Amino acid sequence: MSAAFVKRIEVQELRLSYDSKEILHGISFDVYQNEILAVIGPAQSGKSSMLRCLNRTIDFSANAKMSGRVLVDGDDVRRTRDVYALRRKIGMVAPLPVGLPLTIYDNVAFAPRSAGLTRKSDLDAIVERCLRQAALWDEVKDRLANLGTALSGGQQQRLTIARALSHQPEILCLDEFSIAIDPVTTMRIEDVLKELRREMTILLVTNLTQQARRLSDRTMFLWDGEVVEIDRSDVIFSGSPKSQRTRDYVSGVFG
Amino acid sequence: MALAPAPATGRFARTAYVARKQRAEAIARAVFAAMAAAMVLPLLLIVGYLVWLAWPSLSPEFILDVPRRGMTDGGIWPAFVGTLYLVGLSLFVSTPIGVLAAVYLNEYARDSWFTRVVNLAVINLAGVPSIVHALFGLGAFVYAARFGYSILSAALTLAIMTLPVIIASTREALASVPMAFREACWNVGATRWQTIRAVVLPNSISGILTGVILQVSRAAGETAPIMFTGAVFYKSVARGDLFPYALNDQCMALSMHLYTLATQVPNVKESLPYATAVVLLGSVLLVNAAAITLRVFLRGRKKW
Repeated sequence: MSAAFVKRIEVQELRLSYDSKEILHGISFDVYQNEILAVIGPAQSGKSSMLRCLNRTIDFSANAKMSGRVLVDGDDVRRTRDVYALRRKIGMVAPLPVGLPLTIYDNVAFAPRSAGLTRKSDLDAIVERCLRQAALWDEVKDRLANLGTALSGGQQQRLTIARALSHQPEILCLDEFSIAIDPVTTMRIEDVLKELRREMTILLVTNLTQQARRLSDRTMFLWDGEVVEIDRSDVIFSGSPKSQRTRDYVSGVFG
Repeated sequence: MALAPAPATGRFARTAYVARKQRAEAIARAVFAAMAAAMVLPLLLIVGYLVWLAWPSLSPEFILDVPRRGMTDGGIWPAFVGTLYLVGLSLFVSTPIGVLAAVYLNEYARDSWFTRVVNLAVINLAGVPSIVHALFGLGAFVYAARFGYSILSAALTLAIMTLPVIIASTREALASVPMAFREACWNVGATRWQTIRAVVLPNSISGILTGVILQVSRAAGETAPIMFTGAVFYKSVARGDLFPYALNDQCMALSMHLYTLATQVPNVKESLPYATAVVLLGSVLLVNAAAITLRVFLRGRKKW
């Protein structure tokens, strides 16, 4: 964390409800430049919904209502002029691998094309760079014209990561990326993340407390729509967290 | 230590209950299969009966020739071309409107009073009997819009009639594309339209086309809507002429012609109405077969 605490994301009193059910009860936290912030917490604690507020894909849920402020680089996401540019600034990796029913090449080239890039040589360069970053290039470089949906689950998840990198995001959000892939592939992607943290800020939502411990600089414990504790990971995991609930959760007493 | 083999009785014993259960299963299976097979029987009977009675008149010449001797002899060319005109024109109008409306409803619309009204309209329009469509067409297109009794009025009436079904089948095809694909596109900053163009439409086009093609047979078979708005008993047309009608002309149509031959013309050659029915039915079955072939072909290229 050399770039001394530049705030990339500031979340202030974020509340979110679906219909009349409130699932985020006013949470506040910051994400700093070039850190990996892990978000841990049981299912239904609002982790994924929180991510969807960051890039405003929450807009696609007609029954969702959001209040409070989310600032990305100081800009309020709800007042942003170009929501598509906001989404390109944030790379998003969903829990289940989604290979689009396009060729492997088009899967990765889709985002830059959507942003208006058409030069073949530029696209070629982006596709190769992203697939290399996602540790998939060597496996698919000879069959870029094959369908992305025909890849194995682990490969599709890396393809998803390559796609999330293809629009040159400055912030990368991963939502339980290892849920559908094997431990070896998980390790490879974790290595990729350690590389990526040099150039971007990473928000890692995970169910695996061990994964959070391995990778993150700081960890936030989200429980039932509230931030129980956010602190340096060594404090949360090996030191003594302030909250008894955090201690119980990370040591496996419950959750 | 080897385990002792399980006793022969118990789990696998053939008790009275098991025998009854297996008999019931066999009967259920036979009944269901018989009902499924019964679907084929009426079709075979209808087609067989029609072809049998129509045989003396059936020939390529029958389709190409015009009606002769006060419609008691000759062929059906004016009606055949008329049906092509009506069906082609009506789908030319209803397909773009229907498909685009369905894309809006499925991809853009949120649950609002407007969408509810549209949905209600679609459902109710689909349930309106064809004779009511005919009266509507008569009032709206023939009189109010001053298109007169014409191909245009009749085709527009058919278009209104096929529209709700095209919307419904297109929505179904669009909804079969998994939501996760759209979300993946939105997450990388694609607009809805970019998502629709790149992922949704290419993967639902087979379903959309099938839905549209199936409406060909429906439009071709309807009599009431065109009888009120633009189809006539007889129209003089040159034999084999591909472009005999203008948009504001009246025309003959197969379904109408069949009705005329069967009920209005005295001393008609007996095989003539049956042969007309065979041509109508044959064309419809041909189009349906094309739809099925297309669907099988496109499904073979299914991408996930």
